[in-house]
Amino acid sequence: MRLDRALAVLVVAMEALASGAQETAHGTGATFPYPLYARWAHDYRAKTGRTFNYQSLGSGAGLLQIRRGVVDFGASEIPLGPEELEGSGLVQFPMVAGAVVVVANLPGETGKPLKVSPDVLAGLFLGQIQRWDDVRLQALNPGRNLPAWKVGPIVRADGSGTTWLFTRYLAAKSPLWAGGPGSGPAVRWPAGAAAKGNEGVASYVKEIPGAVGYVEYTYAVGRGLTWLALEREPGEFVEPGPASVSRALEKALSAPGLPLELDLLDVKAPGAWPLTGLSYILLKADQRDRRRGKALLDFFHWCLTEGGAQARELGYFPLPPEMAAKVEARWAEKVRCRGERLWP
Amino acid sequence: MEALFRNATRFFAGLVLLLLGAIVVTLFVDALPAFRAFGPSFLVSQEWDPVRNLYGALPAAYGTVVSSLIALLLAGPLGIGIAVFLSELAPPWLSRPVGVAVEMLAAVPSIIYGMWGLFVLAPVLHRSLYAFLEERLGFLPLFAGPSLGIGMLTGGIILAIMILPFVASVSRDVLRLVPPLLKESAYGLGATRWEVIAKVMVPYGRTGLVGALFMGLGRALGETMAATFVIGNSHTLSVSLLSPSNTIASTLANEFAEATSDLHLSSLIALAFLLFLITTAILSLAKVLLWRMERAVGGGSR
Repeated sequence: MRLDRALAVLVVAMEALASGAQETAHGTGATFPYPLYARWAHDYRAKTGRTFNYQSLGSGAGLLQIRRGVVDFGASEIPLGPEELEGSGLVQFPMVAGAVVVVANLPGETGKPLKVSPDVLAGLFLGQIQRWDDVRLQALNPGRNLPAWKVGPIVRADGSGTTWLFTRYLAAKSPLWAGGPGSGPAVRWPAGAAAKGNEGVASYVKEIPGAVGYVEYTYAVGRGLTWLALEREPGEFVEPGPASVSRALEKALSAPGLPLELDLLDVKAPGAWPLTGLSYILLKADQRDRRRGKALLDFFHWCLTEGGAQARELGYFPLPPEMAAKVEARWAEKVRCRGERLWP
Repeated sequence: MEALFRNATRFFAGLVLLLLGAIVVTLFVDALPAFRAFGPSFLVSQEWDPVRNLYGALPAAYGTVVSSLIALLLAGPLGIGIAVFLSELAPPWLSRPVGVAVEMLAAVPSIIYGMWGLFVLAPVLHRSLYAFLEERLGFLPLFAGPSLGIGMLTGGIILAIMILPFVASVSRDVLRLVPPLLKESAYGLGATRWEVIAKVMVPYGRTGLVGALFMGLGRALGETMAATFVIGNSHTLSVSLLSPSNTIASTLANEFAEATSDLHLSSLIALAFLLFLITTAILSLAKVLLWRMERAVGGGSR
C-alpha cells in the first residue's frame, strides 16, 4: 500500500519534471542578435513563465545544430537558399533587422564623425591606407585635423554573419576588394589583427589607438565606440542610427513582391544606411512535438508583435507589421506536426 | 583480491593508452580529407582562405612554435633564477610565502591572463616597449612595424608569465633534492655560494631542470585562451615579432564552431593533429636530451 503510494508520487514527480524540461526551448546561433534574444527570452519568461535559452555560439554552429535537430531553433544572418532549406527540412524567416557599423579609435573625437568612401574603407582594410592622415582621408574630410596614427584594421577571427554583410558590401563597392579577399562569413584578411565575436572586436578597437573595425550597432553603442560616416552616393554621407536603418527598411519594403529573404545591403534610397541586414530564425519544418512547436511559434509571435520596444532600446530594428504578417503566413504554409498545421 | 587489484590497475593503465590511441586515430581519420586535398603542401602553404576553400598550416604552426620559444626564453632563466633564490639564498621567512605565491600564480585560470594581457599589458607595451623598438630598431625585419600592441611578442610574454610558476616551482623542488652533504662538502672546500650553485647544484639537478623547462614549453604550446586574446589571430606569416600572428590552439578555438564547409573543418582537425605531432616531437627531443645527459654524467663518473 505504502509502496504503491510512493510509486505514484514518483510517477507524478517524473511527469512534472518531464513537462518542465519541455517548457525550455533551446536555440543556438549568431552573436549578432544575441543581446536581443536574451532580452526577449527574459521578458517573455517574466510574462508567461516559459523559458527560452539562446546560446551565441555563432551562425555556423547554429546551422549545424538545427540541421541535426539538437536544438529547437537556429539563428543566422546568412539566409539559406530554397534548395538547402528543402534538403534539410528547415523553415526560415526573418526576426529583426540590424546594422553593421564601422568603428574607430581616434583622438579628440568631436560630434562629427570621420567621413569615408567605400574605396577608402576597402583601402583601410586592405592595408593600403596605413596612416590616418593619408591624403585620401584628408580629401574627404577637408579642414579636419587628422592624427598621424597608424591604421590598425581589426576583423573577426571566427566566421560570422557580420563579416558576411561587411565583406559583401566591400566586394560590391570596390573592384579591388572583389578581386582580392572577396566575400563570405570568413575571408582571408590581408592586414590587421582579428578578435573573436562582436564583443572581441569592440574590445580591441577600444584598447588600440588607431584601430578600425566593424561591429553590430548595439555593440558600438554599448561600448561607447565612435563610428565613421559612409559615403552612400558621391557626396552623400550617412551615419548609422534608427533613422538611416529605417530608411533602408522602408525603401526595401516598398519593392513589389516583397520576398521575405530581403536584401537590405546598400539599398538605393537617400539617407539609407548601406550596411543593414536581417537576422533569420531556422526551425524544423516538421515539428515532432505539437505543444513544443506551438510554444516556439507563440514566442516568436510575441517577439514580432510586442517585442519592438526592447529591440529599439537595444539598437535593433523591429520588422514592420506587414512583414511580420508575411512571416506568420509562412509558418501557416510550412510548419507542420504530423501533417497538421501548427499556426495559426 | 591480489589478482583483482592487479587486473584493475592494469585495466586503468591500459585505458590511458587506449584513449591516446583513439584520439590519434580519430584526429587522423577526420583530418584525411584535408591531407588528401592539399597533400604535403598543407604543411608549407601560407594560404588560409575560407572563401576559396584553401588551407595551409604554416602560419599557425610557425606562430605556435615561435611564441612558445619566446615564452621559454623569457620564463626559463627567470624561473630557474627564482628557484635558486628560493631554495638557496632566501631566508625561510621569505622563501615560504614567495613559494606559496608562485604556486598560486599557477592556479589562475588562463582566461584571466588573457584578459589582463589585452586590457592592461598590451596597451602598456604598445606605448612603451613597442614604440621604442619600432622607432630605434624598426629597420630590422624582426621589429618592423606597424605594431598594434597585440601580436607575437605580446603572446610570447603572456605565455612566459603563465609558464613561469610551473618552471619555478618544479625547479625549486629539483634543487631542494640536492643532498646537503654535497653542498656542505663544496663549502668545506672553500667554494663560494655562486660556485656551489653553478658547479654543484645545477649540474646535480640538470635533468630535473631540463624537465621543468620542457614541461613549461609543453604547456605554452597547447595554451589556448590567453594566446587568443593577445596574439592577434592573423593568418599571415610575418618575421616581425610586433605584428599579429596566430597559434594552432587559438585558430581552433576561434574557428571550430563556425566552420561550415567540410574541408574547413577537416583542415582544422589536421591542424590539431599537427599540434599533437609537434608536442610529441618536442617531448621526444626532451627524452633524448635527458638520456644523453644522463649517459654523459654516467660516463664521467666511471
